[in-house]
Amino acid sequence: MFRLPRPPERQESDPAVTAPVAPPVPAQQDAGFVVTLERFSGPLDLLLHLIRREEIDIWDIPIARIADQFLRAVHVLGLDEAAEYLEMAARLLRIKTQMLLPRRGDAEPWEDPRHELVRRLLEYQQIREITEWMDKAARARALRYARGFVPAAPDLPPPPLEFSLEELVEALERVIAMIPDPAMYRVAPRPLDVEAATSRVLNLLAERASFGWRDVLPARPAVVDVLSALVALLELARGGQLVLTQPGAFAPLVIDRGPAYQAA
Amino acid sequence: MDQRTRLLEAALFAAPRPLALDELSVLDPDATEADWHAAALELRDHYDADGHGVEVAAVAGGWQILTRAAFAATIERAQFATRPQKLSGAALEVLSVIAYRQPVGRAEVEDIRGVSSGGVLRLLQERGLIEVAGRSEGLGRPLLYATTPLFLEHLGLGDLGDLPRTEELAVALRTAKPETT
Repeated sequence: MFRLPRPPERQESDPAVTAPVAPPVPAQQDAGFVVTLERFSGPLDLLLHLIRREEIDIWDIPIARIADQFLRAVHVLGLDEAAEYLEMAARLLRIKTQMLLPRRGDAEPWEDPRHELVRRLLEYQQIREITEWMDKAARARALRYARGFVPAAPDLPPPPLEFSLEELVEALERVIAMIPDPAMYRVAPRPLDVEAATSRVLNLLAERASFGWRDVLPARPAVVDVLSALVALLELARGGQLVLTQPGAFAPLVIDRGPAYQAA
Repeated sequence: MDQRTRLLEAALFAAPRPLALDELSVLDPDATEADWHAAALELRDHYDADGHGVEVAAVAGGWQILTRAAFAATIERAQFATRPQKLSGAALEVLSVIAYRQPVGRAEVEDIRGVSSGGVLRLLQERGLIEVAGRSEGLGRPLLYATTPLFLEHLGLGDLGDLPRTEELAVALRTAKPETT
């Protein structure tokens, strides 16, 4: 006979779990998800809680009873959406059915289907005890201050930065996770079309001896149009085909045929 | 207290972190680690015997001057110092698994806890309490995690040997079912 020690705390008497046929309380279902997950750190914790409460011998768990209680607790606590709890529920039901299968006498050694679950429960119980010990140690340490507590600066990797693609992607994912409302944009490359702008300027030069900056631009110029036209004008001015003049501060540019201009 | 003990006192006072014995050799190349250890013990006894408000504590493989726990609440109320951020239950649970199984991968941590633990692992790594200690030879070569000196500092432990031995716990890990009577 091996019983788990009763936990020292677990403050409230768990009305939700103790209630025999507790219908789901709507308010608790709404608010409960996160809160109750806090209370049980996982399906193993909940299972241990039930086993302790029933004062069951861990080596001889009445699996049908515990499976029913587990399912009810999962439902009442509003954990129906938590995959880990559902997985444990399915596991319990499978063990329950395995227990119902008739055993073939003494011919074959019988492998208790509960064995693996018990092993995991004991392993987890041990981790819980270590966790409690660590919590106490951390609390005791927090009561003693070091001089002028300065949080340690993270060690930077020596330059040049060396990291694998995987680490880079992981870092990127961390950055994206920090954005409260991540919106992804696709950046489309829109190269300057200097060639088209140059031919437009040359056409204008052939028509008129002088024209304004606005004439070079299409009706509704985008940023790339303005930049393309500017590059085209500067390039032609450099070759002497046209002369750029700005009559006053912030006045529009005036474009005249240059000394090197030759009509095409 | 001799000259070396006073030098140790000054070094511990000046340093913002625990100082390990081998680090102290730069202060005085003639002194061995055993000399520094003796000096640390002398300083600790001196503080204890004279009833100082601070103590010399063995932390994270080194020595550190810490205020005594009795004054924590008063000092904090006066806002001269703030307590380091507390770890969540889930974070401590993951630390427990790593402390005893290190180096250990995420899959094993999740298997023992029965819940996914990726977020907690990342948080612990960001806070410097665990670090990547290598990669497993298994499929996908998953990362293996181990605790850091900061973990020991957080719990006020000298080294990992200060953790409770598993046999001392109320439930020792049993791999096989004991003979029933």
